[in-house]
Amino acid sequence: MSTEAHSERVSRNMDGPDADAERNRAANAEAHKRSRLVRTLSTFLENRLAVVGVGIVGFFLLFCYVGPSVYHTDQIHIELSETTLAPSLAHPLGTNEVGYDQLGRLMVGGQSSLEVGIAAALLATAFGTLWGAVAGYAGGVIDAAMMRIVDALLAMPALFLLLFLSSIARPNSGLLILVISLISWLGPARLVRGQALTLRTRDYVRSVRLMGGGPMRAVLRHIAPNSIGTVVVNAPFQVADAILTVAALSFLGLGVPPPAANWGDMLSNGINYVYDGYWWLIYPPGLAIVLVVVAFNLIGDALRDSFDVRLRRR
Amino acid sequence: MTRFILRRLLQSLVVVLLVTVIVFILLHLLPGGPARAQLGPKATAMAIANFNHQQGYDRPLLVQYWRWLTELATGNLGFSVSLNQSVLSLIGERLPKTLVLTVLSTLFALVVAIPLGVVQAVRRNRAADYMITFWAFVFYATPPFFLGVVLIVVFSVYLPILPAEAPQSSSLRVILSQPAGLILPVLTLALLTIAQFSRYMRSSVIENLAEDYVRTARSKGAGESVVLVRHVLRNSLIPIATLLGLSLPAIFSGALITEAVFNFPGMGQLFWTAAQTQDYPIMLGITVLVGLATVIGSLLADLAYAVLDPRVRFA
Repeated sequence: MSTEAHSERVSRNMDGPDADAERNRAANAEAHKRSRLVRTLSTFLENRLAVVGVGIVGFFLLFCYVGPSVYHTDQIHIELSETTLAPSLAHPLGTNEVGYDQLGRLMVGGQSSLEVGIAAALLATAFGTLWGAVAGYAGGVIDAAMMRIVDALLAMPALFLLLFLSSIARPNSGLLILVISLISWLGPARLVRGQALTLRTRDYVRSVRLMGGGPMRAVLRHIAPNSIGTVVVNAPFQVADAILTVAALSFLGLGVPPPAANWGDMLSNGINYVYDGYWWLIYPPGLAIVLVVVAFNLIGDALRDSFDVRLRRR
Repeated sequence: MTRFILRRLLQSLVVVLLVTVIVFILLHLLPGGPARAQLGPKATAMAIANFNHQQGYDRPLLVQYWRWLTELATGNLGFSVSLNQSVLSLIGERLPKTLVLTVLSTLFALVVAIPLGVVQAVRRNRAADYMITFWAFVFYATPPFFLGVVLIVVFSVYLPILPAEAPQSSSLRVILSQPAGLILPVLTLALLTIAQFSRYMRSSVIENLAEDYVRTARSKGAGESVVLVRHVLRNSLIPIATLLGLSLPAIFSGALITEAVFNFPGMGQLFWTAAQTQDYPIMLGITVLVGLATVIGSLLADLAYAVLDPRVRFA
């Protein structure tokens, strides 16, 4: 492959002691960097499933955020004369048990599900990265202590902790984000710690200390940014899991209070009417959750493949 | 090997202690503390002070923690005021039922997921692989309560062949005597586990198929089935042992939802009702117990790993 030849040339130039190579180095490094990004991106896009995943997420973003300005519905005031109407022209997905238009509610509820899922994943990833980077860089007793805390939290069923935390205070979206990220930073922490353990022995990290840089600088400027690949690959899975967790909490009665709603609330609410044949209250939110979670998993898988050279060759 | 075991034992002990510390902190995070949780929101300040003094909650935190820990060590997990029963006896009643659910579904999941993963790896990037991958993604992405309800709609409403509810009895024998009622709950929990395990099994087999010893075995003239079963399968199962140890909390979380959907009188349902009635001793007792089980589970998995794979114990 031409890309392999290219990287070989770059490395030969970098090894060369003569001034010519020295001068070329910057330009080559730049080209190498750009081509790596392009290569990663193109591998990602070559993966048809990844494109499907991005497509689904894009569709739901449009549906949830642009949809309400095209398709106007009242999601605040209940309408008791129009409860549990079957799908019709006026209400393409029918209405629910208090008369909210189901299609409009799917848009608004999706905003909440996606926001909580993505925000919780970002918060958990940021905190986990920091925790893992500090533990891995510090090593020794500090590392052992920090990682045993992670192990202890991992040993407790997440849902149990969530139920406990949410039983203390009535959840709203902000609290849900906090509570879900409280239990989901453990994965990223372990991943980044593994990376940090190898990174701390690298010359460029050692030379930070040599030049008088503190551990803060080493962690924030070198360890954390260099584990970004691992973190990025993990992030879509975090979003997918967070969206599922939000749904599970809704089922256990810890969703956001009405008139606000997320897909999980809609789904668990619809399930109460499973024997009444109101299928439009169950399947649309259920399918929305499944589709979005599958999409984020597809994106995560494709990212992993495009970052992992070993897998790409197969 | 002895050093490895000792180190892992020590680590596990620390983790168990940390689990108790976290649960202890949670207990004191409660608004108003344990007194408010037991006496209810209408209790007077005097009643609370009295209760705190009686129960020793006015002593220094470290003293309280030590007392609580020694009680735990003797098996006293606390007392549920709302059910007027000790937490240990409540768990003792419910745990066997949850074990029936989780063990059956995990065994079923393993029996299905392992061959699926092997088939996927062998027929990589062909129709069968894509089909199984598709369904694994779908089942992984389905909230368990949604999956349970879909199964109920299909198998109890449209094709009324299976009951929609788990057997309702406090006796384990009665529950086991109505296996039809167990099928849907076990299936719900198993489908999720299958989705996850088959993915791991697939990549584990793919990794092992690329190893040198496979080429050696083939060049010695071993048939494809011998290579697969004798060499690849055995080595691919090693990571699954670890995965099983680590999956315990997730399986219990799944059991919590599944028990709620099918009204199955197990430990998850006990936990859920406790959360609704704010019966904290039950919630914390179960959390400690599952935490302990997980630590022991992953310790056993690691030891099994070390026995099966010499590279681990000499590393």
